[in-house]
Amino acid sequence: MVVSTKRALEGAHASAHAMRQINPDVVAAYPITPQTAIVQTYSQYVADGEVDTEFIAVESEHAAMSACIGAAAAGGRVMTATAANGLALMWEELYIAASMRMPIVMSCVNRALSAPLNIHCDHSDSMGARDAGWIHIFSETGQEAYDNTIQAVRIAEHPDLLLPVMVMQDGFITGHAVELVEVADDASVQRFIGSYSPAHSLLDIDHPTTFGAWDLYDYYFEHKRQQTDALSKAMKVILEVGQEFGREFGRPYGAFEPYAMDDAEIAVIVLSSTAGTCRTVIRELRQKGLKVGLLKLRVFRPFPAAELAEALKGVKAVAVLDRSISFGSMQGSGPVFLELCAALYAAGSKTKAINYIYGLGGRDVLPVDVERVIHELKQVADSGEVTSLVSYLGLRE
Amino acid sequence: MPKPNASWKEANIAGLVLEPGSAAEYETGTWRVQRPVHDADKCTHCMICWVYCPDSSIIVKDGRWKEFDYFHCKGCGICASVCPVKVEAHQVTGKPGKVIQMTDEKK
Repeated sequence: MVVSTKRALEGAHASAHAMRQINPDVVAAYPITPQTAIVQTYSQYVADGEVDTEFIAVESEHAAMSACIGAAAAGGRVMTATAANGLALMWEELYIAASMRMPIVMSCVNRALSAPLNIHCDHSDSMGARDAGWIHIFSETGQEAYDNTIQAVRIAEHPDLLLPVMVMQDGFITGHAVELVEVADDASVQRFIGSYSPAHSLLDIDHPTTFGAWDLYDYYFEHKRQQTDALSKAMKVILEVGQEFGREFGRPYGAFEPYAMDDAEIAVIVLSSTAGTCRTVIRELRQKGLKVGLLKLRVFRPFPAAELAEALKGVKAVAVLDRSISFGSMQGSGPVFLELCAALYAAGSKTKAINYIYGLGGRDVLPVDVERVIHELKQVADSGEVTSLVSYLGLRE
Repeated sequence: MPKPNASWKEANIAGLVLEPGSAAEYETGTWRVQRPVHDADKCTHCMICWVYCPDSSIIVKDGRWKEFDYFHCKGCGICASVCPVKVEAHQVTGKPGKVIQMTDEKK
């Protein structure tokens, strides 16, 4: 029986609260704005004896992820948190964690990557790590950050996967905003995540095992094939865990959340907090009779390509809102747009797709911006012509 | 060691090596471009080559130099470099130099 209480929490505190209830064996982390609230709060839990965690205050994020990999190889349940340049400093370890199949769970409070120096939200940090082999789950609210963090443990440790999971929330907008968050009792969270007993561990001295050994042209390729196979199995696990979480805690999760999509002729796809703004605008435009819907993308890696193509069947035109640029890509579009174009092409879809870059470095996205997107999207749907593939929202032209 | 030529479905996850000391079964001798040769008549069994060999490829028995482990020797030449004993004409190469000399690896 789950006993829930409603609490006023910042998104970062909601993540830290979930971590306290998960009570991992090891947390190795370094503070960086806007993630600091997570590490600071968690280290307080450790100091106050509220958790059993070995907290390693490292000298950098490079060291943080290295320590996490070592602790995970030793068989521990391991968590960390970072943002922006901290994530960038973890670069080689991100790949190593995924390739060594270490089920580490990390909060990433999305923040712009320098330069020029900026500490506010966009998705350029985690999007840069999109091919590192991690599972990427985005959260719209503090509630979702809390829920996704708990689910991430189950997803990461699933024996078919053994993959690290990154749980995103928007820096400041979600991370530092106080919202009502429904938190479960500690025992229910513990029951949901269960215990973790890895098949192989460095501390299992009766079965000496070498982790991360030299792997040449005669085996490396096979291990990469295993890795991509694990990612291909991840969506099934993510959906199962999302449904089970719904049964236990009353909030089910899928790969994406459709809103007003049933008879939609045009649709918007967006990640994280901006979904709230889009939903409000779409609700108003629906009342005016416009057949517009929203797909709030939750899981970016693995990308739900076939599922999105299916959800967009019958939709004439779709706009993808990207909070980062894949520099040098097709017309400098965003990563979500590129993935969606590939998905639509592979499905033989005739749906027109356009892209909007928005919110870089924390630039506000306002309802009037979303109205503009939907207005232009309607023109594409009516004319069947795309006049501008990539546009910018809220930019001084 | 994993099964030779294991498919991706058979290979150990993430390249884990589940047996200790299995590097002994991995043939690194195929990397060799130059092959060390030894003059048994002139060797003083000082064991300096044994101390310096980074791949434990100098085999010693009863305190005496016995043989090279060509299965693991990568032909780095350190043994030939550190060997302190000079010869007029090497037993194998016929050339002046040291007790251990490097020769071209016959493929």
